[in-house]
Amino acid sequence: MAKMTKEEVIEVAHLARLAITDEEAVHFADQLEAITNAMELLNELDTENVEPTTHVLPLVNVMREDKSIEGLPRELVMKNVKEHEGGQVRVPTILD
Amino acid sequence: MKLADKTANELQELLHSKELTIAELTEATFKRIQELDPKVDAFLALNEEQATKQAAEMDQTDAGERGPLFGLPIGVKDNIVTEGLETTASSLILKGFNPIYNATVVDKLREAGMVIVGKLNMDEFAMGSSNENSYYKNTKNPWNLETVPGGSSGGSAAAVAAGEVPFTLGSDTGGSIRQPAAFCGVVGMKPTYGRVSRFGLIAYASSFDQIGPITRTVKDNALLLNAISGHDEKDSTSANVEVPDFTAALTGDINGLRIGVPKEYFAEGVSEASKQAVKDALKVLEEKGATWEEISLPHSKYALSTYYILASSEASSNLSRFDGIRYGYRTEKAGSLLEFYMNTRSEGFGDEVKRRIMLGTYALSSGYYDAYYKKAQKVRTLIKQDFDKAFENFDVIVGPTTPTPAFKIDEIIDDPLTMYANDILTIPVNLAGVPAISVPCGFDNGLPLGLQIIGNYFDEETVYRVADAFEQATEFHKETPQTWEGAAQ
Amino acid sequence: MNFETIIGLEVHVELKTESKMFSPSPAHFGAEPNTNTNVIDLGYPGVLPVVNKTAVDWAMKAALALNCEITRHTKFDRKNYFYPDNPKAYQISQFDQPIGEHGWLEIEVNGEKKRIGITRLHMEEDAGKLTHTGNGHSLVDFNRQGTPLIEIVSEPDIRTPEEAYAYLEKIKSIIQYTGVSDVRMEEGSLRCDANISLRPYGRDEFGTKTELKNLNSFNFVKKGLEHEQIRQEQVLLAGGIIEQETRRYDESTGKTLLMRIKEGSDDYRYFPEPDLVDIVIDDEWLERVRAEIPELPDARKARYVSELGLSSYDAMVLTLQKPISDFFEATVKAGADAKLTSNWMMGEVSAYLNAQNKELEETELTPEGLAGMIKLIGEGTISSKIAKKVFKELIEKGGDPNKIVKAQGLVQISDEKVLLEYVTNTLDANPQSIEDYKNGKDRAIGFLVGQIMKATKGQANPPLLNKILLEEIAKR
Repeated sequence: MAKMTKEEVIEVAHLARLAITDEEAVHFADQLEAITNAMELLNELDTENVEPTTHVLPLVNVMREDKSIEGLPRELVMKNVKEHEGGQVRVPTILD
Repeated sequence: MKLADKTANELQELLHSKELTIAELTEATFKRIQELDPKVDAFLALNEEQATKQAAEMDQTDAGERGPLFGLPIGVKDNIVTEGLETTASSLILKGFNPIYNATVVDKLREAGMVIVGKLNMDEFAMGSSNENSYYKNTKNPWNLETVPGGSSGGSAAAVAAGEVPFTLGSDTGGSIRQPAAFCGVVGMKPTYGRVSRFGLIAYASSFDQIGPITRTVKDNALLLNAISGHDEKDSTSANVEVPDFTAALTGDINGLRIGVPKEYFAEGVSEASKQAVKDALKVLEEKGATWEEISLPHSKYALSTYYILASSEASSNLSRFDGIRYGYRTEKAGSLLEFYMNTRSEGFGDEVKRRIMLGTYALSSGYYDAYYKKAQKVRTLIKQDFDKAFENFDVIVGPTTPTPAFKIDEIIDDPLTMYANDILTIPVNLAGVPAISVPCGFDNGLPLGLQIIGNYFDEETVYRVADAFEQATEFHKETPQTWEGAAQ
Repeated sequence: MNFETIIGLEVHVELKTESKMFSPSPAHFGAEPNTNTNVIDLGYPGVLPVVNKTAVDWAMKAALALNCEITRHTKFDRKNYFYPDNPKAYQISQFDQPIGEHGWLEIEVNGEKKRIGITRLHMEEDAGKLTHTGNGHSLVDFNRQGTPLIEIVSEPDIRTPEEAYAYLEKIKSIIQYTGVSDVRMEEGSLRCDANISLRPYGRDEFGTKTELKNLNSFNFVKKGLEHEQIRQEQVLLAGGIIEQETRRYDESTGKTLLMRIKEGSDDYRYFPEPDLVDIVIDDEWLERVRAEIPELPDARKARYVSELGLSSYDAMVLTLQKPISDFFEATVKAGADAKLTSNWMMGEVSAYLNAQNKELEETELTPEGLAGMIKLIGEGTISSKIAKKVFKELIEKGGDPNKIVKAQGLVQISDEKVLLEYVTNTLDANPQSIEDYKNGKDRAIGFLVGQIMKATKGQANPPLLNKILLEEIAKR
């Protein structure tokens, strides 16, 4: 594992939508590097012919019938929304 | 009359004989919480008004319609969603969140007639091993208020240990029920993955998370697991398997039981006291007719790295929904949408949560996915196979729950790797998805130690049988911590 | 330098299931904002998805209809990105094991047939809807969040905007036949993004592509691609380079405008959805779904040509839309001549629908009505001219053509005695016209026919009238 740079940390933080200062980036870089170095341990193992595990139980085809249940009343939808307008949720303008 | 040390059965007898009403029991519970919680800091939100009202109504119910948990108080970890009762997962980002729905387990508690008294402190989003990662407060270990209660279900374990409440629910992703149960000298069960519905459990790592009971005795624990188990159509990963009466397994008979003791669980870093306590426990089990053999779970040393890659990756995605738009904390400082996201999340999440989101985002990012995420998924397979193989020859696997007893508050909070190492003995169980319990098995300098008993998939019965047999043969569960001294009720 | 155009299309189709892909809230279009949602759609903490079985069936059905191979062990993945209409900040989609792969469909442009490959068809959930208010914020309606979608990605096999148009018409047609979607672009149940690049003829590697968005009709797809084709050519000929960017088609100017430049590829951090278990499709399931697929447009078209004797073009037009084709078949089944029915469908019916901007099912016309009318023409009961009157009545008010004809006295006059009387009266009243005709002015006949038609309210049998009129003039 190459050493994590400050710039890499900032890029990862951006992907995760976390604002971090340069100082925090350096701090995170050190900590994440220590952690990822520890993760390198896995490279000792030959896993060429090993299947990955996503689920520990052998469940497949868990599905429901296509039946609908009425939607929530709008007051409940808006109950925890801090900013809304005319039954819609307000967000800052998207500058795409 | 001291209620705090009573078991479910004993409380039911009092209720049945009318020596006690549900209203009185509920009132006494809140009184004890008010007296002790300023020291222990286990509870975040109390449900006093609602619980008092519910209790009075429940006293009207005929004895014949009451189940074994009817009218008994319970505390719920704050990452389990409770309708109308603030649910924060100990994070600023969910401050003031007032859920409009219940977790499936909460509905099940209500069906069983339990009285929810409040929400319990935890490490933010269940990430941590000391409760020091709560945004709101540090819960203390009732055995020594200068030490941590463990985590992430620290509030749940401490509340039971202090006798504030006889039952709590916790959740366990990498040891979050068992480790605090061990630190606080109580009984904590992580059921088989899929045994208990995750619907309404605020996800940390979806393929690991399980809700489980924390109690003072094994029997009470089994009673509570009876109540919360079962297939849920709202959780696609919940198993459609029959739920036995777990209390029926508590026969005390472990004659002929085959125990595997993994040598890897006695490796460097595990304290002598912990090792000794387990060796003593094995003797107790041997006296009751069990046999034990040293075994190897050869991939154990890879568990920690595997876990942190997979759990952090899942967490980075699970925690992306916290953006201040539909609920929860919303930044005041935002011009553009990008700033809105970045500021809300940076202000709303604590350091450990950010660290794991960063780690997980990194592990999933293009170019690293195969090297980290996929690799870890493959190693997970190997770790699971270790357990599968062991259970071909053994009924349970036994070892210490934690390498050491509870550590001091602030002692290792700035050293993530040392903190992570706390979970080294509990994490393999979550990687495999098998059930495991921690029961009190000794003390080290006045701090409790836990014995971990691991079972095969959906064989909680054997785990409980062994735990109960051990409990019956020992007195550790009868010890009470310093916070009890002088406390009323 | 001459350039070859390379086009690939990504089509999103909303499945018209009753409930959403992963939650039981209603999946219907057109409800009041934020009334068709639940805690799952809204991405509340702790909620979990559960797969809608019908949605999987229908995705499989669409995949089979598009000649895809079905992936027997399929799964869902998370596609992570932040956007206000994406409440979990991940979309549940399919990454490396889409339900269908390696499909194709056949298009026909200017009489030439061509097979377009389909790379993959996968299942996912739709996002909510954002409205930009223009005063510093945007508004989100989560009703659409979680509606089942299939995404169909074509191979870069399309070479012209016309082919792109034909491909879309064909996809729409096939999906419509399977019955899994309304495929209405105006309601957003069918959406399209287009990738386009140019390369000098003879070169193997592709040029840099741009992605076109905001293509709200098949026509705009065509026009947007036409414009983009020229724009890229001009840039390349001027020695410039094409940037990998997303462009928006502007309907008012017919131009494409830059939305954003793509910096590398977006990092969506796909990983298997841990909240959902895998889907394993066995033979029995696959065959059950396959058996539910009705006859598709290509098969129908071939049948219309071989069995009904229609031209290839007519057969194609008639089979493009399932409601039209079904109507046609029902009309023929009700006893009408196939060719006449085809003429009426492609003529009067089509003209009426276009003029009124209506769908066939929104009119009162029934196959029985149309068949009855066509039979009346064949029997000589009404003239083609009168039929137009009857048709207008049928398509606007409905009813039995026999009764309409009788009630309104529209029956054609084919009685020679009756016609002779009209002819005699008219000739008596117009001696000058007879004179003119005999002096070689053929137009005079037209005038006389007109007079008689007027007198009979257009009901005179035209060939018979002509015959009698000429006979009578000859006698004078």
